[in-house]
Amino acid sequence: MRGIFILAFKLLVNDRAKFQALVGGITFATFLIVQMTSLFVGILTRASSTVLNTGAKVWVMDPAVNSVSNSIGMPDYVIDFVRSTVGVKFAVPLYSAGALVKLRNGTFQPVSVLGLDDATLFGRPALEQGQIGDIYAENGFFVVHDAEFNKMGNPTIGTEFELNDHRAVIVGIAAVASSGLYGIPTLYTTYNRAVQYIPSTRFTTAYILVEPKSAADIPHIKAQVHSLGYVALTADEFVSKIGRWYTFQTGGGMNMLMMAAISFIVGLSISGQTFYTFILENEEKFGALKAIGAKGRELVYMILFQATFTALTGLGLGIGLCTIMIFLGRLRLPDYAAMITLGNLTIALVMVSIIAAVSSYVGVRRVLRIEPFDIFRG
Amino acid sequence: MPTVSIAAHGLKKWFGEGEARTLATRDVSFEVYLGEILYIVGPSGSGKTTLLSMISGILRPNEGSVTVGGTDLWTLSDDQLADFRLHKIGFVFQDYHLFPRLTTAENVAIPLILRHGAWASSVSESLKYLKAVGLENRANLPPVKLSGGEQQRVAIARAMIGRPDILILDEPTASLDGETGRNIVAFIKKELLTEQRSIVIVTHDARIYEFANRIITMEDGRITNVEQGAARA
Repeated sequence: MRGIFILAFKLLVNDRAKFQALVGGITFATFLIVQMTSLFVGILTRASSTVLNTGAKVWVMDPAVNSVSNSIGMPDYVIDFVRSTVGVKFAVPLYSAGALVKLRNGTFQPVSVLGLDDATLFGRPALEQGQIGDIYAENGFFVVHDAEFNKMGNPTIGTEFELNDHRAVIVGIAAVASSGLYGIPTLYTTYNRAVQYIPSTRFTTAYILVEPKSAADIPHIKAQVHSLGYVALTADEFVSKIGRWYTFQTGGGMNMLMMAAISFIVGLSISGQTFYTFILENEEKFGALKAIGAKGRELVYMILFQATFTALTGLGLGIGLCTIMIFLGRLRLPDYAAMITLGNLTIALVMVSIIAAVSSYVGVRRVLRIEPFDIFRG
Repeated sequence: MPTVSIAAHGLKKWFGEGEARTLATRDVSFEVYLGEILYIVGPSGSGKTTLLSMISGILRPNEGSVTVGGTDLWTLSDDQLADFRLHKIGFVFQDYHLFPRLTTAENVAIPLILRHGAWASSVSESLKYLKAVGLENRANLPPVKLSGGEQQRVAIARAMIGRPDILILDEPTASLDGETGRNIVAFIKKELLTEQRSIVIVTHDARIYEFANRIITMEDGRITNVEQGAARA
């Protein structure tokens, strides 16, 4: 069979114009599919950055919360209730709000402020510079070294700024796994300082971060919290909830998925049409092979090989092109959110496989219908 | 008494159904002998190509049988028929049907590759046959770079490489000038015809009749005349 595959390979690649059009179509489709889905994944990851960076196993919140940024304050009795629930090892409050800081050069900069429990600092970030204890220093704040870091004027330890007429000082520079979605710097401080510095609503606890005694306790904790009229979600559930909200409740997610679907259709159209033309142009040759003695299934193998080879070549080139594009994009645009994951590579593979399958199905049908007698008839 | 290579009996083939039915061949019976060149001649639409297709395992007759080497061809399955064509028959098509994206040597090697031969050894083997048809120096060129006569010889080399018992040539001189056509058929007779091989040629070209052992004339789907060719005389 190897010789037959070499024959199929040569018939395919030696027709350079067709081969380039085929590979180009699939490369283009793959590029767009991976680009769109990686942007989507990047946006979703950034939208869930606080959840991912904090590392709490269970989050308690108001049921109306859709994303980390639109938290709804909870009364103090909720944390008392959670702490007294069987199965809870410990529970701490998390403050989360937006604020406006005034930099040393006089400009104002919106920021996101996370207030960590004073006693435990649970959910604290890793530090690139500074000591964790310095957060207790007077007016102490950590700034996250992410894509938005320069918007704080590239601060160093000791850099001062104003927060709601309060003096504030950078005492540490933190590293986090994921940058935020909204293009603003993130500051960490203690819960009490955050409440003190930032004008707040009546209830100040945005989330309660829970450490269960064991994973088996989580259902019970969730049920108890639910009975109080609040919800407890595992970190994964919270990330999924945020993802669903961005996907279905905002225009962004659906639009990007539609773009991915359109890319698929464009790729299918280009490749399907080109492959069909390739088969049509070689129809007589396939007929001649059949007359000489090729079996129907051998012609099918040839077409499947050609479609698979083209699809994999286009897939590889498309992924490579997208990777280069994202790399270059990040060099120029630190906020560029695209993120290639195994998931979107799998989506691209599945979609390209469908393109190859449809194209080859059309080709196979055509070739199997060829009558060698037509070759004699001319 | 010559040995029968192909025995066709009562071959009837029609196309279409009902009022649209057209009879292409009507009760055609004849034999092809080992060691002979048999011509099938006749006007267009007389059923020559249909007959050629039925005796070579390509077109199933509606009635009648074709026996080759004791095997009733049309009792075989599609795969068996494909194997039969691949191992027993060498085809030279009217339009050659060479692959323009392959080299001449690769074109010639195709029957061996379809027999699951290794690519390199098949192409290497094809060089011998290209040499036999005088085209060894064209091995690496694509067929489109060759003249019509050269392409015809490539098609003959491709038909020969599998060492078939039967050679089927459809209008081998149709697109060649008179001199080239005569040379091609003379080459076929001199180099390819053996006591263990039959050659069947469908042609309109009276200029090459001199090479035939027998000539079957067809009209309206029937054999109207069988005559000894000049070669036999």
